[in-house]
Amino acid sequence: MDSLTSVILAPVITAVLLLLIPGNFRVVLRLAAILGSAWTAWTAVALFSRFHAGQEGLQFESLVPWVTVGSMNLAYHVGADGLNIGLILVTGLVGFAAVLVSWNIERHVKLFYVLLMLMIAGAMGAFASLDLFFFYFFNELALVPTFIMIGVWGRGEDRNWAAFKITLYLTLGALTALVGLIAFYVAAGANSLDVTVLKAHLATHPLPASTQTWIFPLIVFGFATLVGLFPFHSWAPVGYAAAPTATAMMHAGILKKAGLYAILRVAIPLMPDGAHRWLPVVAVLAVGNLLHCAWVALRQKDLNLLIGNSSLAHMGFAFLGIASLTVIGVTGTVLVMVAHALLAGLSFALSGYLETQTGTLDMTRMGGLLRRMPFYGTAMIMGFMASCGLPGFANFAGEATVLFGSWKSLPWLVIIAAWSGLVIGAVAMLRALRAVLQGPEKPEFSRVSDTDYWRRLPFVMLLSAMVLFGVSPGILTSRIEPAAKAVVAAHRTPSQAGESKAQPAAIPAAATATPGHSGH
Amino acid sequence: MNYSLITLEILAVLLGLTVLLADLWVSPSSRKALGLGLVAALGCLLAFAVGSLAPQSGSAFSGLFVVDDLARYFKGFFIFAALAVVVMAVDFAPKFGAGLSEFFALTVFALVGMLFAASANDLVLLFVSLELITVTFFVLNSFQRTRLASLEAGVKYLILGGVSSAFMVFGIALIFGTANSTNFSVLFAKQKELSQSALFLMGLLLVLVGLGFKMAAVPFQMWAPDVYQGSPAPATAFLAVGSKAAGFVLLIRLLVGTVPQITAEWHRLFVVMSGATILFGSLCAIPQRNLKRLMGYSSIANAGYLLLGIVAGSAAGSTAILYYLGGYAFTVLAAFTVISAIANHVESDDISALSGLGQRSPFLAAVLTMAIVSLAGIPPMAGFFGKVLLLKSVLDAAAGHPELYALIAVAVVGVVISLYYYFGVIRAIYWGGQSSNLSTIPVSLATRVVLVACVAGILVLGIFPQGLLKIADHAVAGLSHSSTPAAHKAAH
Repeated sequence: MDSLTSVILAPVITAVLLLLIPGNFRVVLRLAAILGSAWTAWTAVALFSRFHAGQEGLQFESLVPWVTVGSMNLAYHVGADGLNIGLILVTGLVGFAAVLVSWNIERHVKLFYVLLMLMIAGAMGAFASLDLFFFYFFNELALVPTFIMIGVWGRGEDRNWAAFKITLYLTLGALTALVGLIAFYVAAGANSLDVTVLKAHLATHPLPASTQTWIFPLIVFGFATLVGLFPFHSWAPVGYAAAPTATAMMHAGILKKAGLYAILRVAIPLMPDGAHRWLPVVAVLAVGNLLHCAWVALRQKDLNLLIGNSSLAHMGFAFLGIASLTVIGVTGTVLVMVAHALLAGLSFALSGYLETQTGTLDMTRMGGLLRRMPFYGTAMIMGFMASCGLPGFANFAGEATVLFGSWKSLPWLVIIAAWSGLVIGAVAMLRALRAVLQGPEKPEFSRVSDTDYWRRLPFVMLLSAMVLFGVSPGILTSRIEPAAKAVVAAHRTPSQAGESKAQPAAIPAAATATPGHSGH
Repeated sequence: MNYSLITLEILAVLLGLTVLLADLWVSPSSRKALGLGLVAALGCLLAFAVGSLAPQSGSAFSGLFVVDDLARYFKGFFIFAALAVVVMAVDFAPKFGAGLSEFFALTVFALVGMLFAASANDLVLLFVSLELITVTFFVLNSFQRTRLASLEAGVKYLILGGVSSAFMVFGIALIFGTANSTNFSVLFAKQKELSQSALFLMGLLLVLVGLGFKMAAVPFQMWAPDVYQGSPAPATAFLAVGSKAAGFVLLIRLLVGTVPQITAEWHRLFVVMSGATILFGSLCAIPQRNLKRLMGYSSIANAGYLLLGIVAGSAAGSTAILYYLGGYAFTVLAAFTVISAIANHVESDDISALSGLGQRSPFLAAVLTMAIVSLAGIPPMAGFFGKVLLLKSVLDAAAGHPELYALIAVAVVGVVISLYYYFGVIRAIYWGGQSSNLSTIPVSLATRVVLVACVAGILVLGIFPQGLLKIADHAVAGLSHSSTPAAHKAAH
């Protein structure tokens, strides 16, 4: 079996095996889930290390025809390039961490792990798929598990409402995107939803600009709803606050990136005219994420709501990088996606552990916990500092790259982004650190204890990945850059055809000017 | 005349008569065994219907009756549905009191009606087979004679069914009067001139009233919720799957196979009908607390989605209808089997009766969840691929027809609304309310087998659609009348 299929099947096989274990063998179930997710993570790491950096095109490709009837022609087509190899890696890591932090789930243990494994499988499949139908298929696989997990193991009084809210928003976004995808299928006339086939077909038969203008927003805003683009974002913080820790980690960390990935994979490279028309709108809405969500995060008293809102603010950077349409900006976006997956996974794991110890996430009631929990406190400081954009962590590398990449085309947005990311976000994070870790110790938290050795594994794993990619982002950028070039290059072609007749030299000059910056 | 074409129908009639006769010698205590014997016989019939020994294509009774791929597809479909319904009825037996064998026999007679409907190539056979279905359902729906709701369901179905049949007969009379024939092949050949005749169009419209009643499409849907709620669960399941599919196979034969030009001209009518059906079903399902009533509204909404395939007016649209119905059968039969098992045990079909099901019976909970997820159209279930096919068929035809884009928007809104009430059921299964009674719900072996088969069907159709899609594609490809001898005769 080829390697990408095995990374999708590993969690599925684990889920099936879990179904065979009797429900009251809790320890066996937990250990089996840990082994299964470790296997998945290991396969993902192996894939990442075997990936040839700096090489254009797809690797680990595999294609199996799936439906070929009449005008329907769909195939199971997986492959990895710079856009998704990093996401596959972090899906493995965050998935493993999510299983590790779920040790103290007590009710319906079997159902919990089966659903979690389905979420991991869905995310892996979505990132690996090159056929858009399969992308959608895998992405939706996580919907029902999310709903049930929030309802059964969720937190807070509002979880019922939150479960419906997140489900309905995600479905509305997904269906809008689905209509866009089907319309794209019909309009493109390639009788395929395979990205590689579509790309080849559209190179010779480009879609009329008017068609792109109405299909592009369906796909982009549909998927952007799954990411939490302002103003379609309100499901995210409440959903994450109500979700059990593992679900919040998987959703905020991994599944949210699927929407961005789809936009990068299909909308930008395949519909350049639509992108020209609509990306300015996306850029303006990204400001909503950067400013509004960061500002909302600043006002939160609940740690989970703070993390949820700040994670939405980080998505603003990702959209900004996409809207810049430069190689550096797109590379930065992918870097942000990978880094933020680790960061969101870490943050929700941290808040989950804190809740098990203190029984609350209300920051006004906490204080002085650093003295009681030195390891935990250090991990939290590192994680939140990474969120502020401290150099040395992968997030800084990603956000700085996005800012460099966007400076030319969207200078005023860069200023706003820098302000929100580096100032408002930092204030929010530092205030949270002060409220939770510093100040006088509260007597009611005298029984709080630091993490055991083995419980440190998920934190250590995610933090070391963040530091590794922060110290040498080249590991990622060398893999991402060829793919980012392909995304942007495909975009340049029609504008050259359209505009450059008047100024033949202008656009190639702009296109070559951007890689010149990428010396770092 | 090739009588071998109706082997399947003859066997089914004999089966029904055998059940009635056997009842005279079988002691009341072993009637359940009779039901299981009937299940085995239906299993053999199913194997015969889909196997290579099945009647070859052809037509009989001067073009009244045809066997083609479309008919074979639906015959297999109806026999499987009847089989699952009989299994359900065996477990439901204590609630019927007396007359279990009659229930079995009537189910088989309704099946005969559906088998004939699948092969109807003439308005007369269409009417007769629909009446056979409707009349048996009057009885099946009111089979719990001591329960007022069941009697009410039977009477409502009787009155509205009678009215719709009257419309239909009137329509057939008008068509016969203008076209001098009731044969589909002849009508197909003459459709160009007939489409100029207002009386013919009026007749066609009245026939559509009758079919709309069967499918529970707006504005002929009013009976569905009450009848679904009041009827015994096995009868409801058969109504939801068999009767609806019979309506659709006749609709496909009539609209797509016989008068495609008029269908194309009327496409605004179907746009409105489909959109209104989706919205009515979805919106009215929101406040429902009774599971069977909820399924009634959901069945209305699903009729609306199925009509999308008629709106598309293409072969792809009909293929999508066939595929969607295939997945819908597994889904609805699984859901009703679980509902029926629960109702047997807790004496309620309220949504609150589901609370704690996740702990009591994880198997039933998982099956019902998968059925609901499939109805909601979420991968990897059958309902998802069916909806994709339907939406795609409409989008294929949408260029230059802005109203189709509006219809798609309505369908998307309908799916989102439906998610709300479907997921309400999932909530009830896993965390809605506290149930004090946590004893396991007993499930017989036969029921278990049917449930596993349905779940396998839901998953296989969702994950590996190629097989059924190919069959559906073939079935629709043979629909055209242009090659049949009767059409040539009429044309010359």
